[in-house]
Amino acid sequence: MLEIAGLTVSYGGAPAVRDVSITVGKGEIVGLIGPNGAGKSTTLHAVMGLVAAAGGEIRLAGESLPRRTPEAVTRSGISLVPEGRRIFADLTVEENLRLGLSGRRSREGGAQDIESVYALFPVVGEFRRRRAGVLSGGQQQQLAIARALVAGPDVLLLDEPSLGLAPKIVDVVFETLAEIRTRGITVLLVEQRAQRTVAFADRTYLMANGEIRLTMTPADASDTDTMVAAYLS
Amino acid sequence: MNALGVPVLAAINAQVVVDAIGLGATYALMAVGIGLVFGILRLVNFAYGQLIMAGAYTLAYTSSWPLGASIAACFAVVIALSLAMEVSVFRPLREQSPTVMLVTTFAISFVLQSVALLIDIRDDQIGEPASSVTSLNVPITIDGVDVRKVTIVAVLAAVGALGALALLLGRTEIGLRTRAAAADFRTARMLGVRANQVITLAVVLSGALAAAVAVILTVQTPFVTPDFALHDTIIVLVGVVVGGIDRLWTATLGGFLIGFTSGMVNGALPTDSTVYLPSVVFTLVIGVLLLRPAGLFVRGRSSVVDRV
Repeated sequence: MLEIAGLTVSYGGAPAVRDVSITVGKGEIVGLIGPNGAGKSTTLHAVMGLVAAAGGEIRLAGESLPRRTPEAVTRSGISLVPEGRRIFADLTVEENLRLGLSGRRSREGGAQDIESVYALFPVVGEFRRRRAGVLSGGQQQQLAIARALVAGPDVLLLDEPSLGLAPKIVDVVFETLAEIRTRGITVLLVEQRAQRTVAFADRTYLMANGEIRLTMTPADASDTDTMVAAYLS
Repeated sequence: MNALGVPVLAAINAQVVVDAIGLGATYALMAVGIGLVFGILRLVNFAYGQLIMAGAYTLAYTSSWPLGASIAACFAVVIALSLAMEVSVFRPLREQSPTVMLVTTFAISFVLQSVALLIDIRDDQIGEPASSVTSLNVPITIDGVDVRKVTIVAVLAAVGALGALALLLGRTEIGLRTRAAAADFRTARMLGVRANQVITLAVVLSGALAAAVAVILTVQTPFVTPDFALHDTIIVLVGVVVGGIDRLWTATLGGFLIGFTSGMVNGALPTDSTVYLPSVVFTLVIGVLLLRPAGLFVRGRSSVVDRV
Protein backbone atom coordinates (compact mmCIF):
# COMPACT_ATOMS: atom_id res chain seq x y z
CA MET A 1 0.00 0.00 0.00
CA LEU A 2 2.72 2.47 1.05
CA GLU A 3 6.21 2.17 -0.35
CA ILE A 4 9.05 4.43 0.69
CA ALA A 5 11.89 3.75 -1.72
CA GLY A 6 15.43 5.06 -1.26
CA LEU A 7 14.32 8.13 0.69
CA THR A 8 17.05 10.65 1.48
CA VAL A 9 16.50 13.91 3.38
CA SER A 10 19.15 16.48 4.24
CA TYR A 11 19.01 19.39 6.64
CA GLY A 12 21.50 22.08 5.62
CA GLY A 13 23.76 19.57 3.89
CA ALA A 14 23.74 17.07 6.75
CA PRO A 15 21.83 13.90 5.87
CA ALA A 16 19.03 13.19 8.35
CA VAL A 17 17.59 10.21 6.46
CA ARG A 18 19.79 8.06 4.20
CA ASP A 19 18.43 5.73 1.55
CA VAL A 20 15.53 4.49 3.67
CA SER A 21 13.14 1.96 2.13
CA ILE A 22 10.05 0.81 3.98
CA THR A 23 7.13 -1.13 2.54
CA VAL A 24 3.81 -1.34 4.37
CA GLY A 25 1.33 -3.79 2.91
CA LYS A 26 -2.42 -3.15 2.86
CA GLY A 27 -3.87 -3.49 6.35
CA GLU A 28 -0.46 -4.00 7.92
CA ILE A 29 0.87 -2.21 10.96
CA VAL A 30 4.55 -1.46 10.64
CA GLY A 31 6.55 -0.01 13.53
CA LEU A 32 9.52 2.34 13.32
CA ILE A 33 11.61 2.64 16.48
CA GLY A 34 14.96 4.16 17.31
CA PRO A 35 16.67 6.77 19.48
CA ASN A 36 15.98 10.49 19.31
CA GLY A 37 17.40 12.05 16.17
CA ALA A 38 17.39 8.75 14.29
CA GLY A 39 15.31 10.28 11.49
CA LYS A 40 11.96 8.64 12.28
CA SER A 41 9.89 11.83 12.35
CA THR A 42 11.80 13.20 9.38
CA THR A 43 10.82 10.10 7.40
CA LEU A 44 7.14 10.72 8.17
CA HIS A 45 7.48 14.43 7.40
CA ALA A 46 9.08 13.64 4.05
CA VAL A 47 6.19 11.31 3.17
CA MET A 48 3.74 14.10 4.03
CA GLY A 49 5.64 16.71 2.03
CA LEU A 50 6.34 18.72 5.18
CA VAL A 51 10.06 18.55 4.41
CA ALA A 52 11.60 18.23 0.97
CA ALA A 53 13.25 14.94 0.04
CA ALA A 54 16.69 15.06 -1.59
CA GLY A 55 16.08 11.71 -3.23
CA GLY A 56 13.82 8.69 -3.36
CA GLU A 57 10.24 7.98 -4.15
CA ILE A 58 6.98 7.56 -2.25
CA ARG A 59 4.38 5.26 -3.78
CA LEU A 60 0.79 4.84 -2.64
CA ALA A 61 -1.01 1.76 -3.98
CA GLY A 62 1.69 1.47 -6.64
CA GLU A 63 1.33 5.05 -7.84
CA SER A 64 4.15 7.49 -7.30
CA LEU A 65 3.16 10.62 -5.42
CA PRO A 66 4.45 13.41 -7.66
CA ARG A 67 4.75 17.00 -6.44
CA ARG A 68 4.17 16.60 -2.74
CA THR A 69 2.50 19.37 -0.81
CA PRO A 70 1.04 18.40 2.57
CA GLU A 71 -2.52 19.10 1.42
CA ALA A 72 -2.09 17.03 -1.76
CA VAL A 73 -0.62 14.07 0.13
CA THR A 74 -3.48 14.13 2.63
CA ARG A 75 -6.03 14.31 -0.16
CA SER A 76 -4.41 11.33 -1.85
CA GLY A 77 -5.16 9.17 1.20
CA ILE A 78 -2.32 9.47 3.72
CA SER A 79 -3.00 11.10 7.10
CA LEU A 80 -0.49 11.98 9.81
CA VAL A 81 -1.13 12.11 13.55
CA PRO A 82 1.73 14.48 14.37
CA GLU A 83 4.04 14.39 17.33
CA GLY A 84 2.74 16.58 20.12
CA ARG A 85 -0.80 16.09 18.77
CA ARG A 86 -1.02 19.57 17.23
CA ILE A 87 -4.67 20.04 17.94
CA PHE A 88 -6.15 23.52 17.59
CA ALA A 89 -6.56 24.50 21.23
CA ASP A 90 -8.76 27.55 20.58
CA LEU A 91 -11.18 25.66 18.35
CA THR A 92 -13.84 23.30 19.64
CA VAL A 93 -13.39 19.55 19.49
CA GLU A 94 -15.99 19.40 16.73
CA GLU A 95 -14.25 22.15 14.73
CA ASN A 96 -11.00 20.20 14.96
CA LEU A 97 -12.78 17.22 13.48
CA ARG A 98 -14.40 19.32 10.74
CA LEU A 99 -10.91 20.48 9.78
CA GLY A 100 -10.00 16.83 9.42
CA LEU A 101 -12.69 16.59 6.74
CA SER A 102 -10.63 18.97 4.54
CA GLY A 103 -8.40 16.02 3.66
CA ARG A 104 -11.20 13.82 2.33
CA ARG A 105 -11.20 12.70 -1.26
CA SER A 106 -14.98 12.83 -1.41
CA ARG A 107 -17.26 15.28 0.34
CA GLU A 108 -19.85 12.61 1.01
CA GLY A 109 -19.87 10.59 4.18
CA GLY A 110 -18.01 13.13 6.31
CA ALA A 111 -20.80 13.55 8.84
CA GLN A 112 -21.12 9.77 9.27
CA ASP A 113 -17.38 9.45 9.77
CA ILE A 114 -17.49 12.08 12.49
CA GLU A 115 -20.29 10.12 14.19
CA SER A 116 -18.23 6.96 13.85
CA VAL A 117 -15.18 8.47 15.58
CA TYR A 118 -17.48 9.66 18.37
CA ALA A 119 -18.42 5.98 18.75
CA LEU A 120 -14.76 4.96 18.71
CA PHE A 121 -13.73 7.70 21.14
CA PRO A 122 -16.72 8.40 23.43
CA VAL A 123 -14.75 11.03 25.34
CA VAL A 124 -14.24 13.02 22.12
CA GLY A 125 -17.98 12.97 21.49
CA GLU A 126 -18.71 13.97 25.06
CA PHE A 127 -16.58 17.12 24.77
CA ARG A 128 -17.51 17.98 21.20
CA ARG A 129 -18.65 21.53 22.04
CA ARG A 130 -15.74 22.29 24.36
CA ARG A 131 -12.53 24.06 23.45
CA ALA A 132 -10.00 21.40 22.52
CA GLY A 133 -7.42 23.11 24.73
CA VAL A 134 -9.22 22.07 27.92
CA LEU A 135 -8.86 18.35 27.11
CA SER A 136 -6.26 16.27 28.96
CA GLY A 137 -3.21 14.98 27.10
CA GLY A 138 -4.74 11.57 26.55
CA GLN A 139 -8.01 13.06 25.34
CA GLN A 140 -6.13 15.37 22.98
CA GLN A 141 -4.26 12.38 21.58
CA GLN A 142 -7.57 10.62 20.92
CA LEU A 143 -8.84 13.76 19.23
CA ALA A 144 -5.70 13.93 17.06
CA ILE A 145 -6.21 10.32 15.95
CA ALA A 146 -9.94 10.92 15.40
CA ARG A 147 -9.15 14.02 13.34
CA ALA A 148 -6.84 12.00 11.09
CA LEU A 149 -9.43 9.21 10.74
CA VAL A 150 -12.28 11.45 9.55
CA ALA A 151 -10.21 12.21 6.45
CA GLY A 152 -10.87 8.58 5.51
CA PRO A 153 -7.23 7.66 4.92
CA ASP A 154 -5.89 4.45 3.38
CA VAL A 155 -2.66 4.95 5.31
CA LEU A 156 -2.33 6.39 8.79
CA LEU A 157 1.07 7.66 9.96
CA LEU A 158 1.44 8.13 13.72
CA ASP A 159 4.35 10.03 15.24
CA GLU A 160 4.90 8.95 18.85
CA PRO A 161 1.24 8.81 19.88
CA SER A 162 2.10 7.60 23.40
CA LEU A 163 4.61 10.39 24.13
CA GLY A 164 4.00 12.01 27.50
CA LEU A 165 0.97 9.89 28.36
CA ALA A 166 0.32 7.93 31.55
CA PRO A 167 0.65 4.12 31.20
CA LYS A 168 -3.12 3.61 31.42
CA ILE A 169 -3.68 6.10 28.60
CA VAL A 170 -0.96 4.43 26.54
CA ASP A 171 -3.05 1.25 26.83
CA VAL A 172 -6.02 3.16 25.42
CA VAL A 173 -3.93 4.40 22.49
CA PHE A 174 -2.75 0.89 21.63
CA GLU A 175 -6.31 -0.46 21.96
CA THR A 176 -7.38 2.21 19.51
CA LEU A 177 -4.65 1.16 17.09
CA ALA A 178 -5.88 -2.42 17.36
CA GLU A 179 -9.38 -1.21 16.49
CA ILE A 180 -7.99 0.74 13.53
CA ARG A 181 -6.25 -2.44 12.36
CA THR A 182 -9.63 -4.22 12.19
CA ARG A 183 -10.86 -1.47 9.83
CA GLY A 184 -8.21 -2.41 7.29
CA ILE A 185 -6.35 0.88 7.56
CA THR A 186 -2.64 0.60 6.86
CA VAL A 187 -0.51 1.99 9.70
CA LEU A 188 3.07 3.20 9.99
CA LEU A 189 3.75 3.77 13.67
CA VAL A 190 6.75 5.71 14.98
CA GLU A 191 7.24 4.99 18.68
CA GLN A 192 9.71 5.30 21.54
CA ARG A 193 8.21 2.34 23.40
CA ALA A 194 10.27 -0.24 21.58
CA GLN A 195 9.16 -3.50 23.13
CA ARG A 196 5.51 -2.69 23.03
CA THR A 197 5.73 -1.64 19.39
CA VAL A 198 7.63 -4.77 18.34
CA ALA A 199 5.03 -6.95 20.06
CA PHE A 200 2.13 -5.04 18.50
CA ALA A 201 3.22 -4.38 14.92
CA ASP A 202 3.39 -6.94 12.12
CA ARG A 203 6.98 -5.84 11.56
CA THR A 204 9.19 -3.23 13.19
CA TYR A 205 12.21 -1.44 11.80
CA LEU A 206 14.98 -0.09 13.98
CA MET A 207 16.30 3.20 12.72
CA ALA A 208 19.53 4.92 13.81
CA ASN A 209 21.58 7.73 12.28
CA GLY A 210 19.13 8.07 9.42
CA GLU A 211 19.33 4.44 8.34
CA ILE A 212 17.30 1.27 8.83
CA ARG A 213 19.48 -1.09 10.87
CA LEU A 214 17.27 -4.03 11.76
CA THR A 215 13.88 -5.61 11.12
CA MET A 216 12.05 -7.28 14.00
CA THR A 217 8.88 -9.36 14.28
CA PRO A 218 6.56 -9.93 17.27
CA ALA A 219 8.61 -13.08 18.05
CA ASP A 220 11.51 -10.76 18.93
CA ALA A 221 9.45 -8.77 21.43
CA SER A 222 10.97 -10.30 24.56
CA ASP A 223 14.49 -9.69 23.23
CA THR A 224 13.82 -6.20 21.92
CA ASP A 225 15.97 -4.33 24.41
CA THR A 226 19.04 -6.53 23.98
CA MET A 227 18.72 -6.52 20.17
CA VAL A 228 18.31 -2.76 20.05
CA ALA A 229 21.23 -2.25 22.44
CA ALA A 230 23.44 -4.57 20.38
CA TYR A 231 22.71 -2.72 17.14
CA LEU A 232 23.10 0.74 18.56
CA SER A 233 26.38 0.11 20.37
CA MET B 1 -0.02 78.39 24.95
CA ASN B 2 0.64 79.94 28.33
CA ALA B 3 3.67 81.98 29.34
CA LEU B 4 5.82 78.85 29.73
CA GLY B 5 5.08 77.69 26.20
CA VAL B 6 3.23 74.59 27.41
CA PRO B 7 0.19 73.81 25.32
CA VAL B 8 -3.08 74.22 27.14
CA LEU B 9 -5.66 71.52 26.67
CA ALA B 10 -8.67 72.75 24.82
CA ALA B 11 -12.00 71.54 26.07
CA ILE B 12 -12.78 68.06 24.79
CA ASN B 13 -16.24 68.30 23.36
CA ALA B 14 -18.61 66.00 21.54
CA GLN B 15 -17.24 67.15 18.20
CA VAL B 16 -13.77 65.92 19.10
CA VAL B 17 -15.12 62.59 20.31
CA VAL B 18 -17.14 62.03 17.13
CA ASP B 19 -14.15 62.80 14.91
CA ALA B 20 -11.91 60.58 17.05
CA ILE B 21 -14.35 57.68 16.71
CA GLY B 22 -14.36 58.19 12.93
CA LEU B 23 -10.56 58.08 12.81
CA GLY B 24 -10.49 55.08 15.13
CA ALA B 25 -12.97 53.22 12.91
CA THR B 26 -10.89 53.94 9.80
CA TYR B 27 -7.70 52.74 11.47
CA ALA B 28 -9.52 49.68 12.80
CA LEU B 29 -10.39 48.74 9.19
CA MET B 30 -6.73 49.09 8.22
CA ALA B 31 -5.71 47.04 11.25
CA VAL B 32 -8.04 44.22 10.19
CA GLY B 33 -6.57 44.29 6.68
CA ILE B 34 -3.02 44.13 8.00
CA GLY B 35 -3.91 41.62 10.74
CA LEU B 36 -5.68 39.20 8.37
CA VAL B 37 -2.63 38.81 6.15
CA PHE B 38 -0.29 38.68 9.14
CA GLY B 39 -2.41 35.95 10.74
CA ILE B 40 -2.03 33.63 7.75
CA LEU B 41 1.34 34.56 6.24
CA ARG B 42 3.16 35.92 9.31
CA LEU B 43 3.90 38.83 7.03
CA VAL B 44 3.80 42.46 8.15
CA ASN B 45 2.80 44.14 4.92
CA PHE B 46 4.38 47.58 5.02
CA ALA B 47 3.08 48.15 1.48
CA TYR B 48 -0.52 48.09 2.74
CA GLY B 49 -0.63 51.89 2.57
CA GLN B 50 0.23 51.80 -1.13
CA LEU B 51 -2.82 49.63 -1.80
CA ILE B 52 -4.84 52.44 -0.26
CA MET B 53 -2.88 55.01 -2.28
CA ALA B 54 -3.62 53.09 -5.49
CA GLY B 55 -7.30 53.12 -4.57
CA ALA B 56 -7.18 56.85 -3.91
CA TYR B 57 -5.56 57.54 -7.30
CA THR B 58 -8.22 55.38 -8.94
CA LEU B 59 -10.88 57.54 -7.31
CA ALA B 60 -9.05 60.67 -8.50
CA TYR B 61 -8.66 59.48 -12.09
CA THR B 62 -12.29 58.36 -12.25
CA SER B 63 -13.65 61.59 -10.74
CA SER B 64 -15.76 62.21 -13.83
CA TRP B 65 -17.50 58.84 -13.46
CA PRO B 66 -20.66 58.30 -11.43
CA LEU B 67 -19.76 57.89 -7.74
CA GLY B 68 -20.75 54.22 -7.62
CA ALA B 69 -18.68 53.32 -10.70
CA SER B 70 -15.72 55.24 -9.34
CA ILE B 71 -15.86 53.37 -6.02
CA ALA B 72 -16.30 50.03 -7.84
CA ALA B 73 -13.19 50.80 -9.91
CA CYS B 74 -11.31 51.60 -6.71
CA PHE B 75 -12.22 48.19 -5.23
CA ALA B 76 -11.31 46.39 -8.46
CA VAL B 77 -7.90 48.05 -8.75
CA VAL B 78 -6.96 47.56 -5.09
CA ILE B 79 -8.05 43.91 -4.93
CA ALA B 80 -6.24 43.17 -8.21
CA LEU B 81 -3.08 44.87 -6.94
CA SER B 82 -3.32 42.99 -3.65
CA LEU B 83 -3.60 39.66 -5.50
CA ALA B 84 -0.75 40.62 -7.84
CA MET B 85 1.46 41.32 -4.81
CA GLU B 86 0.62 37.90 -3.36
CA VAL B 87 1.20 35.93 -6.55
CA SER B 88 4.32 37.71 -7.77
CA VAL B 89 6.16 38.36 -4.51
CA PHE B 90 4.67 36.86 -1.34
CA ARG B 91 4.07 33.39 -2.78
CA PRO B 92 7.64 32.85 -4.08
CA LEU B 93 9.00 34.17 -0.77
CA ARG B 94 6.60 32.25 1.46
CA GLU B 95 9.27 29.96 2.92
CA GLN B 96 11.64 32.84 3.67
CA SER B 97 12.16 34.43 7.06
CA PRO B 98 9.78 37.18 8.27
CA THR B 99 12.69 39.63 8.05
CA VAL B 100 13.16 38.98 4.33
CA MET B 101 9.42 39.35 3.76
CA LEU B 102 9.20 42.58 5.76
CA VAL B 103 12.12 44.16 3.91
CA THR B 104 10.55 43.05 0.62
CA THR B 105 7.32 44.84 1.51
CA PHE B 106 9.37 47.98 2.21
CA ALA B 107 10.77 47.69 -1.31
CA ILE B 108 7.30 47.15 -2.78
CA SER B 109 6.06 50.17 -0.88
CA PHE B 110 8.72 52.43 -2.39
CA VAL B 111 8.37 50.95 -5.88
CA LEU B 112 4.63 51.60 -5.84
CA GLN B 113 5.14 55.15 -4.59
CA SER B 114 7.66 55.77 -7.37
CA VAL B 115 5.35 54.31 -10.00
CA ALA B 116 2.53 56.46 -8.68
CA LEU B 117 4.75 59.52 -8.94
CA LEU B 118 5.62 58.69 -12.56
CA ILE B 119 1.95 58.39 -13.46
CA ASP B 120 0.96 61.45 -11.45
CA ILE B 121 3.71 63.76 -12.79
CA ARG B 122 2.57 63.46 -16.40
CA ASP B 123 0.55 66.68 -15.98
CA ASP B 124 3.65 68.39 -14.48
CA GLN B 125 2.01 68.60 -11.08
CA ILE B 126 2.26 66.30 -8.11
CA GLY B 127 -1.11 65.36 -6.69
CA GLU B 128 -4.53 64.75 -8.17
CA PRO B 129 -7.86 65.96 -6.77
CA ALA B 130 -10.53 63.34 -6.16
CA SER B 131 -13.57 65.52 -6.51
CA SER B 132 -16.36 62.97 -6.99
CA VAL B 133 -16.27 61.68 -3.44
CA THR B 134 -16.41 65.11 -1.78
CA SER B 135 -20.20 64.82 -1.62
CA LEU B 136 -19.61 62.42 1.29
CA ASN B 137 -17.89 65.20 3.20
CA VAL B 138 -21.07 67.20 3.81
CA PRO B 139 -21.74 67.52 7.54
CA ILE B 140 -25.04 66.65 9.13
CA THR B 141 -25.66 68.63 12.29
CA ILE B 142 -26.96 66.48 15.12
CA ASP B 143 -27.60 68.26 18.40
CA GLY B 144 -25.03 70.93 17.63
CA VAL B 145 -22.35 68.44 16.62
CA ASP B 146 -21.25 68.34 13.01
CA VAL B 147 -21.13 64.74 11.94
CA ARG B 148 -19.73 64.44 8.46
CA LYS B 149 -21.30 61.81 6.26
CA VAL B 150 -17.92 60.18 5.89
CA THR B 151 -17.67 59.71 9.65
CA ILE B 152 -20.95 57.84 9.57
CA VAL B 153 -19.70 55.87 6.55
CA ALA B 154 -16.42 55.08 8.33
CA VAL B 155 -18.14 53.85 11.48
CA LEU B 156 -20.77 51.87 9.55
CA ALA B 157 -18.13 50.40 7.24
CA ALA B 158 -15.98 49.39 10.20
CA VAL B 159 -18.87 47.82 12.11
CA GLY B 160 -20.26 46.19 8.97
CA ALA B 161 -16.89 44.86 7.81
CA LEU B 162 -16.05 43.50 11.24
CA GLY B 163 -19.48 41.89 11.58
CA ALA B 164 -19.28 40.31 8.13
CA LEU B 165 -15.76 39.12 8.84
CA ALA B 166 -16.79 37.61 12.18
CA LEU B 167 -19.61 35.73 10.41
CA LEU B 168 -17.32 34.56 7.63
CA LEU B 169 -14.60 33.37 10.00
CA GLY B 170 -16.95 31.99 12.63
CA ARG B 171 -19.75 30.41 10.64
CA THR B 172 -18.34 29.07 7.38
CA GLU B 173 -16.03 26.16 6.59
CA ILE B 174 -13.61 28.39 4.67
CA GLY B 175 -13.60 30.65 7.73
CA LEU B 176 -12.81 27.69 9.98
CA ARG B 177 -9.97 26.69 7.69
CA THR B 178 -8.69 30.27 7.69
CA ARG B 179 -8.71 30.40 11.50
CA ALA B 180 -6.88 27.08 11.64
CA ALA B 181 -4.31 28.31 9.11
CA ALA B 182 -3.79 31.44 11.20
CA ALA B 183 -3.24 29.36 14.35
CA ASP B 184 -0.94 26.71 12.84
CA PHE B 185 -0.48 26.84 9.09
CA ARG B 186 1.65 23.72 8.83
CA THR B 187 -0.80 21.52 10.71
CA ALA B 188 -3.74 22.98 8.80
CA ARG B 189 -2.07 22.08 5.50
CA MET B 190 -1.28 18.64 6.82
CA LEU B 191 -5.00 18.14 7.44
CA GLY B 192 -5.75 19.01 3.82
CA VAL B 193 -6.43 22.76 4.05
CA ARG B 194 -5.34 24.25 0.73
CA ALA B 195 -2.73 26.89 1.48
CA ASN B 196 -3.38 28.96 -1.63
CA GLN B 197 -7.12 29.01 -1.01
CA VAL B 198 -6.98 30.50 2.48
CA ILE B 199 -4.16 32.87 1.55
CA THR B 200 -6.09 34.13 -1.47
CA LEU B 201 -9.15 34.69 0.70
CA ALA B 202 -7.14 36.68 3.24
CA VAL B 203 -5.46 38.73 0.50
CA VAL B 204 -8.76 39.54 -1.24
CA LEU B 205 -10.47 40.53 2.04
CA SER B 206 -7.45 42.60 3.01
CA GLY B 207 -7.57 44.33 -0.40
CA ALA B 208 -11.28 45.04 -0.07
CA LEU B 209 -10.67 46.65 3.31
CA ALA B 210 -7.85 48.77 1.82
CA ALA B 211 -10.26 49.93 -0.89
CA ALA B 212 -12.87 50.89 1.69
CA VAL B 213 -10.23 52.83 3.60
CA ALA B 214 -9.14 54.51 0.35
CA VAL B 215 -12.69 55.83 -0.12
CA ILE B 216 -12.90 57.09 3.47
CA LEU B 217 -9.47 58.75 3.50
CA THR B 218 -9.98 60.31 0.08
CA VAL B 219 -13.17 61.94 1.27
CA GLN B 220 -11.27 63.42 4.20
CA THR B 221 -8.18 64.33 2.16
CA PRO B 222 -9.32 64.73 -1.46
CA PHE B 223 -5.87 65.68 -2.72
CA VAL B 224 -4.07 62.42 -3.61
CA THR B 225 -0.27 62.27 -3.63
CA PRO B 226 2.19 59.31 -3.89
CA ASP B 227 2.69 59.30 -0.11
CA PHE B 228 -1.08 59.09 0.47
CA ALA B 229 -1.89 56.88 3.51
CA LEU B 230 1.81 56.27 4.20
CA HIS B 231 1.72 58.12 7.51
CA ASP B 232 -1.58 56.46 8.48
CA THR B 233 -0.16 53.00 7.72
CA ILE B 234 2.83 53.55 9.98
CA ILE B 235 0.54 54.69 12.80
CA VAL B 236 -1.77 51.70 12.27
CA LEU B 237 1.17 49.26 12.20
CA VAL B 238 2.23 50.70 15.53
CA GLY B 239 -1.34 50.43 16.81
CA VAL B 240 -1.57 46.81 15.67
CA VAL B 241 1.60 45.89 17.57
CA VAL B 242 0.44 47.84 20.62
CA GLY B 243 -2.87 45.97 20.59
CA GLY B 244 -1.28 42.58 19.93
CA ILE B 245 -0.60 41.50 16.35
CA ASP B 246 -1.02 37.81 17.10
CA ARG B 247 -4.78 37.93 17.16
CA LEU B 248 -7.14 39.69 14.81
CA TRP B 249 -9.34 41.23 17.47
CA THR B 250 -6.46 42.58 19.57
CA ALA B 251 -4.85 44.01 16.42
CA THR B 252 -8.17 45.61 15.48
CA LEU B 253 -8.66 47.10 18.93
CA GLY B 254 -5.09 48.42 18.75
CA GLY B 255 -5.85 50.09 15.43
CA PHE B 256 -9.02 51.64 16.78
CA LEU B 257 -7.33 52.77 19.97
CA ILE B 258 -4.43 54.55 18.27
CA GLY B 259 -6.84 56.27 15.85
CA PHE B 260 -9.17 57.28 18.64
CA THR B 261 -6.27 58.45 20.83
CA SER B 262 -4.78 60.47 17.98
CA GLY B 263 -8.16 62.07 17.39
CA MET B 264 -8.64 62.90 21.05
CA VAL B 265 -5.11 64.27 21.53
CA ASN B 266 -5.47 66.27 18.33
CA GLY B 267 -8.74 67.71 19.62
CA ALA B 268 -7.33 68.39 23.06
CA LEU B 269 -4.35 70.30 21.72
CA PRO B 270 -5.02 73.90 20.71
CA THR B 271 -4.86 74.44 16.96
CA ASP B 272 -1.43 76.08 17.16
CA SER B 273 -0.02 73.12 19.11
CA THR B 274 -0.99 70.16 16.95
CA VAL B 275 2.70 69.72 16.11
CA TYR B 276 2.87 68.03 19.51
CA LEU B 277 0.52 65.25 18.35
CA PRO B 278 3.06 62.67 17.13
CA SER B 279 5.33 63.15 20.15
CA VAL B 280 2.42 62.73 22.57
CA VAL B 281 0.97 59.68 20.77
CA PHE B 282 4.29 57.91 20.28
CA THR B 283 5.38 58.60 23.85
CA LEU B 284 2.18 56.86 24.92
CA VAL B 285 3.05 54.01 22.54
CA ILE B 286 6.51 53.57 24.07
CA GLY B 287 4.98 53.58 27.53
CA VAL B 288 2.46 50.91 26.58
CA LEU B 289 5.08 48.73 24.92
CA LEU B 290 7.37 48.99 27.95
CA LEU B 291 4.56 47.83 30.20
CA ARG B 292 2.86 45.32 27.87
CA PRO B 293 5.36 44.23 25.20
CA ALA B 294 3.19 41.34 24.02
CA GLY B 295 0.29 43.69 23.33
CA LEU B 296 -2.08 45.80 25.36
CA PHE B 297 -5.01 43.40 24.96
CA VAL B 298 -3.08 40.12 25.03
CA ARG B 299 -3.54 37.93 28.07
CA GLY B 300 -0.43 36.11 29.23
CA ARG B 301 2.67 35.77 27.13
CA SER B 302 2.59 36.01 23.39
CA SER B 303 4.68 34.09 20.89
CA VAL B 304 4.87 37.16 18.69
CA VAL B 305 8.51 37.72 19.65
CA ASP B 306 9.46 34.48 17.94
CA ARG B 307 7.54 35.28 14.84
CA VAL B 308 8.55 38.77 13.85
